Amino acid sequence: MTELPANVAAAIAPAAGADDFRPLSSLAAARMALRRDLTLAFRQRGQLVQPLAFFAMVTLLFPLAVSPELARLREIVPGVLWSAELLASLLALEFLFRDDVQDGTLEQYALSGQSLTALLFAKTTAHWLLTGLPLTVMAPLAALSLGAPTSAVAGIVASVALGGVTLSLIGSIGASLTLGMKRSGALLSLLTLPLSLPVLIFGARATQLAITGGVLVAPLELLGALAVLGVTLAPLAAAAGVRISLE
Amino acid sequence: MPSRSLEIENLHLWRGERHVLRGVHCALGEGQCLKLTGPNGSGKTSLLRTVAGLMYPEEGQVRWEGRDVREDLRSFHARMTYLGHEPPLKGDLSARENLRYWIGARRALSAPMIDAALGSVGAGALAGQRVRTLSAGQRRRVALAGLALSAVPLWLLDEPATNLDSDGQQVVADLISRHLARGGLAVVALHHPLHVSGGMLELALAA
Repeated sequence: MTELPANVAAAIAPAAGADDFRPLSSLAAARMALRRDLTLAFRQRGQLVQPLAFFAMVTLLFPLAVSPELARLREIVPGVLWSAELLASLLALEFLFRDDVQDGTLEQYALSGQSLTALLFAKTTAHWLLTGLPLTVMAPLAALSLGAPTSAVAGIVASVALGGVTLSLIGSIGASLTLGMKRSGALLSLLTLPLSLPVLIFGARATQLAITGGVLVAPLELLGALAVLGVTLAPLAAAAGVRISLE
Repeated sequence: MPSRSLEIENLHLWRGERHVLRGVHCALGEGQCLKLTGPNGSGKTSLLRTVAGLMYPEEGQVRWEGRDVREDLRSFHARMTYLGHEPPLKGDLSARENLRYWIGARRALSAPMIDAALGSVGAGALAGQRVRTLSAGQRRRVALAGLALSAVPLWLLDEPATNLDSDGQQVVADLISRHLARGGLAVVALHHPLHVSGGMLELALAA
């Protein structure tokens, strides 16, 4: 056995014993997971663009297919916007855990001695920052191009922001349950879409009220409640799903 | 403080119709290495994954320091590192970044520590390279650097010397020997002989 130089050995493993070190807090570990995902995403930009391009295409094709008449377009804005939002976020979901399962990262997270719930919450947060947030920026632009009045922008941003958070969180549960499967796309949609319908309904309603100038507090409150429910429960469910799927 | 020990008691595991582990018994103390041998499909990987808590045995217990690991899986995980068939590395991150995010989720690491660990396994020159561009053997070395950095008492290693040249095999043997000399424990699935100095036990699994 060759001995390491003392300074190298001391640098790698603490001298007092093999397990004499302070483990990282779960919060710090979650921050590492978030940073890792953001770093990786910016090196694989192609993946990021896909759901956004999909969203842009769907919303821009409608005026061509339906009618260029603004009054008619304005009526269909909520439906178009939210169907596109739902499908775009579903499209992005496939990337949430796929690579991490293949290269064993998720397994190492499960064995890290850190809270898997916190690590998955960090991953979902990164996912929302990379897909949900850009969609939140794009949604009002799409609505304006379909003839929505500028007074509706604030309401649309609020509804898409709240709804998008919930969609990412619901998606993380679906993705955690299907991560062992090779072609999980269809099953993932089947699991996730029914759970997402409340978001679609309240989101579309909020958007409609924003466009017609109504009071949209009620649907926004419901969207907020769903988001809070998602933040509290979805990471726990996703952690349980990952543990089952890894076995 | 109880001395570090790993006990595997009467472990039975079924995968579908197959009875993979049929009553495995073993006890391991400080400075000891358990070598798992047996033909392909004899359950070496399953045993490692069961000990790590990734698989749920139908019967039996794994005990760390005398306590069933299932009672507190998280603190057991904080004391062990599992290295599977594939090095858990991201192709689009450099070797250094990979270690910072992988082992860095367990303990605080500084850049000099990571570079020292990479140097100690003969991968110092690879620190800044994207892992995508590395060969299988070089990736394995980066994973071994992660093992060295993890600073935990229990190592669970599945074929740690795969894809390595003879120098790399020596690196693995030295790494395990030093771990044992510091009072660490290791369970290692092995196909090829590895010259580790320290207390060696062997468990041969039948197909």
